Amino acid sequence: MKNTPFSSLMALVVSLVVAIPAFAAEEVNLYSYRQQSLLQPLTDAFTAETGIKVNVVHAEKGLTEKIKAAGANNPADLVLTVDIGRLEEVRAAGLFEPVNSALINEVIPAHLRHPENLWFALTTRARVIYAHKDRVAAGELNSLNDLADPKWKGRICTRSGKHVYNIGLIASVIAEDGEAAAETWLRGVKDNLARKPQGNDRAQAKAIFEGQCDLAIANRYYMGKMYYNTKSPEQQQWAENIRVEYLDQQVGGRGQHINISGAGLLKTAKNKANAIKLLEFLAGEQAQGLYATANFEEPVRQGIQTDEYIESLGDFKADRISLQAVAEQRAAAARLVDRVGFDM
Amino acid sequence: MSKPSTPHSFGLVTAAPQFDRWVWIAVSIALLAFVPVITLVKLSWANNLEIWQHLLDTVFWIYVKNTVLLCIGVAFFTSLIGTGAAWLVTRFDFPLKSMLVWGLLLPLAVPSYILAFVITDQLEYAGFVQKSLRALFGWQTARDYWFPEIRSIQGAIAVLSLVLYPYVYLLARAAFVEQAAQLFEMSRCLGKSQTQSFFNVALPLARPAIVVGVTLALMETINEYGTVEFFAVPTLTAGIFDVWLNMSSLSAAAQIAMMLVSFSILLLGLERYSRNAGKFYKLTGQSPAMFAEPLKGAKAWLATGLCLLPIGLGFLLPIAVLSNYALRNLDSGLEQYMSSAWNSFSLAAMAAIVTTVLGLLLAYGVRLSKSAKMRSIAEAATLGYAIPGAVLAVGILYPLGLLDNALDRLMTAWFDYPLGLLFTGTGGALVLAYSLRFIALSYRTLDASLSKITPEMDDASRVLGAQSGRTLWRIHLPLIRPSLLTAMLLVFVDTMKELPITLILRPFNFNTLSTQVWDLASLEQLEQSSLAALTILLAGIIPVIIMSRNIGSSGSGRKGN
Repeated sequence: MKNTPFSSLMALVVSLVVAIPAFAAEEVNLYSYRQQSLLQPLTDAFTAETGIKVNVVHAEKGLTEKIKAAGANNPADLVLTVDIGRLEEVRAAGLFEPVNSALINEVIPAHLRHPENLWFALTTRARVIYAHKDRVAAGELNSLNDLADPKWKGRICTRSGKHVYNIGLIASVIAEDGEAAAETWLRGVKDNLARKPQGNDRAQAKAIFEGQCDLAIANRYYMGKMYYNTKSPEQQQWAENIRVEYLDQQVGGRGQHINISGAGLLKTAKNKANAIKLLEFLAGEQAQGLYATANFEEPVRQGIQTDEYIESLGDFKADRISLQAVAEQRAAAARLVDRVGFDM
Repeated sequence: MSKPSTPHSFGLVTAAPQFDRWVWIAVSIALLAFVPVITLVKLSWANNLEIWQHLLDTVFWIYVKNTVLLCIGVAFFTSLIGTGAAWLVTRFDFPLKSMLVWGLLLPLAVPSYILAFVITDQLEYAGFVQKSLRALFGWQTARDYWFPEIRSIQGAIAVLSLVLYPYVYLLARAAFVEQAAQLFEMSRCLGKSQTQSFFNVALPLARPAIVVGVTLALMETINEYGTVEFFAVPTLTAGIFDVWLNMSSLSAAAQIAMMLVSFSILLLGLERYSRNAGKFYKLTGQSPAMFAEPLKGAKAWLATGLCLLPIGLGFLLPIAVLSNYALRNLDSGLEQYMSSAWNSFSLAAMAAIVTTVLGLLLAYGVRLSKSAKMRSIAEAATLGYAIPGAVLAVGILYPLGLLDNALDRLMTAWFDYPLGLLFTGTGGALVLAYSLRFIALSYRTLDASLSKITPEMDDASRVLGAQSGRTLWRIHLPLIRPSLLTAMLLVFVDTMKELPITLILRPFNFNTLSTQVWDLASLEQLEQSSLAALTILLAGIIPVIIMSRNIGSSGSGRKGN
């Protein structure tokens, strides 16, 4: 008993020494906002193909600060995120460096890249409307603007207005229509809420199933996650109750709002060549296929085999607005959410 | 405070340099602990008039109101549950008591966001309880009946009180056991009633300990983020993250964080005022245990039920729900789980040892210096506890980054050996950050315990020729052993649960149980992380049992005698 603290202390010292990143030749270091369970199949496939080891730190907040504080000794090469806002945060801090890869330029469309190639989208994520199959008629809802129509009073659910997904959506409305129009719209949506914004996207599907609301704002890929969830069969029921509605699809309409997951190369990267190899791998057919079938996101590359169930949810025209322009309105969107008292 | 600042009254001039040494050690620890606060001050040095104008026009007072209401609610319920339970198990005998004595500590091991998830899962509109009610009464929609909204400030108060009351319980129980016995029984002998004796003797004696417990609970409440976010209750802490991440202003976020820190300074001031208002020493090391009065019949079972209630809601319920999930998800990622578990255990053990030693040195330095100024410096060193974890992590990232880079340059210049990031690139930064955050737990626990040892003991020991170090080792440590264990337990359990600091400061390819839970929970699949979550909860049981043997041994010894 007496030795326990000492021996665990020694063991820790040893494990810490081992944890010091050895600057061995073939490796690449990621800072990731993507969860381990999603990323690992991709990095494993990359290592199998190239022999390059991938080291990862998964984090949620403070990555920009971590990179800044480490200065020239910063050990990370790439940053991966699931939202344009976080990518922009790192870019605005001046920490990214342009990537010149013919392959990337070819497969990733220009509007899904930074103008100077400081970041790239690897997948897009459509923020759609979940509508109850019976309680909402097909064609009853066509546009984001319709969400502010009083006929939906007490029938809409969503997560906090301050969540990055909703900030991105509101920022896109500001970028498109200006702040005044966005405010009128957001006040209208707030008046239609069935309950105070809460929970995650899955919780909104559950609320539709239980009859608390008829419409919900949520990311489309959760449909796949619920539909295939054999461990929690109740989630399959939630998905079965829902019809996915794509917004603003009419001719000349702006198209369905999308966010992205993406990546950027750090200026201080020590393994640049390997990092670019990894970026190219993630934009490649195999990885894009994995993104589409394992996480149900939309690949940025054309002609990728996607998931059957997700395809059955229908095709949509995506908003082509510059993501850079959307990201620039994030602070304005956050302030708008406060002004409208959306979460209160 | 009225005493002269000369530390001794026997003219032991030769001993003076020794006292200085202890004081210097304490001052250095305090300065170290103060590093994140200084960084915070520096980060907040910017003009954010525009953001403040916006906040004041919109949500600021809602943040303040929610924070204050949360604190009032948590203070009320933690002191009610904690003190009530401590008194019941100390004063009375009833069925299952010997288990309840330590069982009451168990909710401490439950991360509040996990309890929030579990309780919501059961009580929300789509949850088991309301679903059953609807089925039973044939209600169709939410408009057909009234049910309390669990995702509300009331819900947050309930969840936080359930996981934080053990702080009060722990300290109140130790106070009742350590000091109230003799005087309480004297009071009973002098003809005062049970209730009178409790309110006039036992409660005032335990008040300093209760206040420390409530202060700790409130400091955690102030920087709570997971639960309030989950319950959609915007507090000042939520504001910090919103301004930092959505409005991209770290300096405005640091300014709000400074406000929270001032808020805790206010709390600490109140606590000190309350503690100074009555100073009590115990004269001897072992006080006789309190006579536990046997309860009979319905009263006995009522006492059992009252103690079982917080354990049931705060510990057994999450254990049951998580076990159910874990059984369904046993097949996933055992290897990863093992390495996470090892990382969590070793980090928590290391942090517990380091933090307790630092806290002890700090508390002892304060005791020897006997100066109010030194005490204030030490109090300032505990402010890390009131800074939201993620902000504290950023607060030590910058100074550590500077240190790392300087060391690296030195090593490269002198030995041509590039060191890389010695602290921020390894677990070293983590242990340091946990220590700076949790030193409040060890310092306050040990200071409260040391302050109950009469200074005459020190004087006697020194008259007999023992130096201050030997006096600490031979006199003080044995007397405060239960509190040393308490301090280590608190730090160990809190480190196991800690998330935001771990997420920011961990090195590459490094997972703990809590980061594993977060990984899946943020994918909205807490069910699949239930094994890791369950382990955090179960690991909390081990130190609780060790510790309960300690405070329990002096508490239940004279049962019915």
